[in-house]
Amino acid sequence: MQSEIGSGKGIVAGVGEGFALVSSQPFSFWGDLNPETGKIIDPRSNLFGECIRGKVFVYPRGRGSSTTSAVLLEAIRCSNAPCAIINVEVEPVLAVGALVAQEIYDRTVPLLAVSEDVFRLLHTGDYLIVDSIAGKLHRRG
Amino acid sequence: MKLTDEEQRMMEGEHGKAAAMAMSILTKLGQIYGAEEMMPISQAHIDSSAYKTIGEAGLEFAEKLVDGGARVRVPTTLNPTSRDIKRWQEFRIPPNFAEKSERLEQAYLRMGAIPTWTCAPYLYGLIPHFGQQIAWAESNAITFANSVIGARTARYGDFTDICAAITGKVPKFSLHLPQNRRGEILLKLQPSSLIDFSEDSIYPLIGYIVGSTAPGRIPVIDGIPNSVTSDQLKGLSAAAASSGAVALFHILGVTPEASTYKDAFQGKEPLQVINIGEEEILKAKQSLTTIEEGKVDLAITGCPHASFPEVERLVQVLDGRRVCQEVEFWVQTNRIVYCWLEQTGLLDSLNFSGVKVITDTCILSWPLDNWNFHLVVTNSAKFAHYAPGMAGVHVIFGSLEKCVAAAVKGEVRRV
Repeated sequence: MQSEIGSGKGIVAGVGEGFALVSSQPFSFWGDLNPETGKIIDPRSNLFGECIRGKVFVYPRGRGSSTTSAVLLEAIRCSNAPCAIINVEVEPVLAVGALVAQEIYDRTVPLLAVSEDVFRLLHTGDYLIVDSIAGKLHRRG
Repeated sequence: MKLTDEEQRMMEGEHGKAAAMAMSILTKLGQIYGAEEMMPISQAHIDSSAYKTIGEAGLEFAEKLVDGGARVRVPTTLNPTSRDIKRWQEFRIPPNFAEKSERLEQAYLRMGAIPTWTCAPYLYGLIPHFGQQIAWAESNAITFANSVIGARTARYGDFTDICAAITGKVPKFSLHLPQNRRGEILLKLQPSSLIDFSEDSIYPLIGYIVGSTAPGRIPVIDGIPNSVTSDQLKGLSAAAASSGAVALFHILGVTPEASTYKDAFQGKEPLQVINIGEEEILKAKQSLTTIEEGKVDLAITGCPHASFPEVERLVQVLDGRRVCQEVEFWVQTNRIVYCWLEQTGLLDSLNFSGVKVITDTCILSWPLDNWNFHLVVTNSAKFAHYAPGMAGVHVIFGSLEKCVAAAVKGEVRRV
């Protein structure tokens, strides 16, 4: 069973599906993530110790460092990136990491921006299908 | 997006493969964020210069640009690299790591960037002026340039910074446009015995609160006296950029776009008014300290890089005392300050006290594996915020006096 949750704005185009990992806190790839393991290393995060590899990573917005692009690119290079990212507000530094990956590795992470209302419908463990080309978000099961 | 003939030709490869790739990335970014055209910038600051943060992928990108004939078209400064270039061995940086770092340094120098190696490019050197359109990366520098100087930069990061430097162009969007610089939230500092404006360490705390209180909004702070110094605003900017993605704030009566309430909010009313008082200060202090007490391994200042007056004050606070033998005390700064410290004899005073001055780098930009640091004291909210996750250490945040006292005694307790 597949149901549509809502639509969003595709920021970097692509399709990804997997289990959701949801945080209500802002997230900074630099400082909060180890791209060589895919694990969240900020002890203040409610997702401390979780691995984002292959997940649909859902958090409201970025926080802090402009080095986010590089950490996302390194995570993509090491195959530790999420299969898609959903934000309420996608910051340019995140989009750039995904765009550069397209240029130099020919693969990327789809980025989708959704409204606060749609964001609130997403929970850790949901199986999500993210289509940032059509700007659609579905849940399976 | 509408491109000029020159931009179109650059995209098609007239200036080489690297410039074409850079233009392609920037125009895609512009399209995503609704820019209708590109615009020129006259200066760039690159933060993709530290191998530890940019990683193997970033090194591949930089070398690919060099191979593609990249050359910067505007004066371009560089953020810290991943080693003290002259004394990396003294700081126990692994040789294979230093080698990678050198490769990245060479790549940027071959593109024509200036070897400033500092995260505080607004202190000495190519300082932008009010209203200047620039492309800066490094969160604390972006916030300082936008807020304190009133120069105009979006939040550039790794890759877009060098793309902008190579093309001399950025999308016309974000904080480059005056209408996007309007204050949105009013943060009122309530009088409190915990807020002493003559104490430097209050500013990082205020910054830390500002960043975490106004995610995604442009905050206007009310209640900071205009006697505030550039160094204090440096601490505030760095902290606000660490706890939240703040790229611009205004301070009523202090920063250039907020001489009046009307200017700060561009004639509109704030979306929200939030009071900041004792409770918030105590909470910020708590989140910047991860342990109750213990033996100090390292005291660190100069995050962002210390200005000359900041190091001068450290020498005054030390007052000829030596730090405990088991404690490392490091000050991070740029080579200009280092040269002034040499000339004034302050470097000798620091050496006498057992304080090491480290240049070109930031200790979060290289592996600390060869040091057995467990507890670090610092007067930087930015360092205290990132170090537990990035370096696996405990931190205690406090004033410069507190850091010095802890380093001299070899022990520290949180207050």
